[in-house]
Amino acid sequence: MELRRVEESIFKALMILSLIIVVGSLLGVIGIILWNGLPALNIDMFTQTGGLYGKGGGILNAIIGSVYLAVGGTVLAFFLSTGIAFYLQKEYSGGTRLSSMTRLCLDILWGTPSIVYGAFGFTILIYFQMRASLLAGIIILALLELPIMTRAMEEVIKTVPQELKEVSYSLGATRLETTLNVVSKQALPGLMTGVLIAFGRGIGDAASIMFTAGYTDRIPTSVFDASASLPLAIFFLLNSPQEEVRQKAYASAVMLLLVILAISIATRLLSRKYTKYIIK
Amino acid sequence: MNIRRLKDNISSRLMLAATVFACLLFFFMFISIYSRASPIFSVVSITDLLFTSEWGPSEGKFGFFPFIMGTLWVTGLATIIAVPISLLSSIYLSEYAGNRLRDAVKPMIDLLAGIPSVVYGLWGVLAVVPFINNTLAPALGVETIGGYGILAGGIVLSIMVFPIIISVTGEVLRSVSHDLREVSLSLGATKWQTIKHVVIRKARPGILAAIILGFSRAFGETMAVLMVVGNVAKVPSSVFDPAYPLPALIANTFGEMMSTPLYDSAILLAALILLIVVLIFNILARMVLIKIERGVI
Repeated sequence: MELRRVEESIFKALMILSLIIVVGSLLGVIGIILWNGLPALNIDMFTQTGGLYGKGGGILNAIIGSVYLAVGGTVLAFFLSTGIAFYLQKEYSGGTRLSSMTRLCLDILWGTPSIVYGAFGFTILIYFQMRASLLAGIIILALLELPIMTRAMEEVIKTVPQELKEVSYSLGATRLETTLNVVSKQALPGLMTGVLIAFGRGIGDAASIMFTAGYTDRIPTSVFDASASLPLAIFFLLNSPQEEVRQKAYASAVMLLLVILAISIATRLLSRKYTKYIIK
Repeated sequence: MNIRRLKDNISSRLMLAATVFACLLFFFMFISIYSRASPIFSVVSITDLLFTSEWGPSEGKFGFFPFIMGTLWVTGLATIIAVPISLLSSIYLSEYAGNRLRDAVKPMIDLLAGIPSVVYGLWGVLAVVPFINNTLAPALGVETIGGYGILAGGIVLSIMVFPIIISVTGEVLRSVSHDLREVSLSLGATKWQTIKHVVIRKARPGILAAIILGFSRAFGETMAVLMVVGNVAKVPSSVFDPAYPLPALIANTFGEMMSTPLYDSAILLAALILLIVVLIFNILARMVLIKIERGVI
């Protein structure tokens, strides 16, 4: 009788310890990055471009490049993802084999390592005999974001009550009208959360754009130029023997981390603020 | 009226096209990587590729064995560290923790999943590598190359797979019905006995699926590992040795691979191996999870 109580308290202690390790490692990661990166932030970082060598300069090229890449990728992914997520509704796909097949494919794509997306993008570039460019980076990021965005959107769209849609149909609305005016309004916070999460994944990914967007000290002026990015700035600049250049890597990491933190907070606020407009 | 029908029709077709595209995307990826990798099969046999250790692209020697072993060591270590910690945390969150703690921890788990892998890599370089170099290795009296190696890679990677194992396990545990728990409790079992003999037993396939998903995430993880694992193409023999996992090989050599014949095929073969392994693991795990969702298991 006593033994099982002892066993329970031992395991409970282990569980609490594990949870402390998990939470502690998150705080540790954030703490170390901010500790090293915040002192590296100064006005030059945001106003000047810079590269692998030399004193001074900043990471403006990486910031602008990342914004172009992640915004472009997210917009492109948004069009595909909303289409797919809406199509997975019963009215369109009829709950058929196609929809479960699509879900499985999306899950597999979601699990595919980003380096494989990079290698895939690279084979496509060779095929068209193109060089690494902003455009190629945007396309690969869109494909990378596609599964995560679609799955997030689809989860929310699934929760829209069927009765609500039926009311709309009974008034003579078509599927498209119902989807745009009823379903997407009802699911709006969820859809926005999906977009934000996908944006976070896109802006932080390095392995996929290493092959496709390249890296340069200049700010791209057309979609056919190569483009720098924050994650690759961290990776390349960290290897420099010069402390000044490494500072730029730390600053880039802080920038990325702040974006991710902002996304995390925004998704919380979204779900709190907009749920009050939703008909339950 | 007709315009509305037309709009509905056209939009539905466009959406169908996007859906079919998503279904075919994986096959596109597979085929285009395979077709780039295939020239190497006619020159070097598959067993030589997978099980020999000599790596000299300029002499036409492509032995992937050290890279495969490097991947397995790092991924294995990460899984060994991550599985007990994640499972215990997840069980605590779903069985013991109150709503307030759960609501406080969930955003943190999501945040762990959202932090980019290069940031984890930088953390590894700034915190884990110096710790191993300055504290752990001298204390244990082992040689490392400046702290870089499998241990650093495994630690960084384990934190990256925490969120996936914790969240999938959480969902699986929540799907175990309350009636089952209550029957066990009503028979006088303690909470832990109920968890051990009823909840976990019921959730076992799902927990296995969670672990597989975590493993396959770790298997393909590139940047964080690349930054801390040392990148030496030798079959490792201890966790303090450096390793050179497949994803790191792909990321490090893409710049030079077009200049040597068959080098690009070899690198894309590495990508193909990753793709196939991850595909198998994902399908296995998803099959189990789909069955749980439908209530078959």
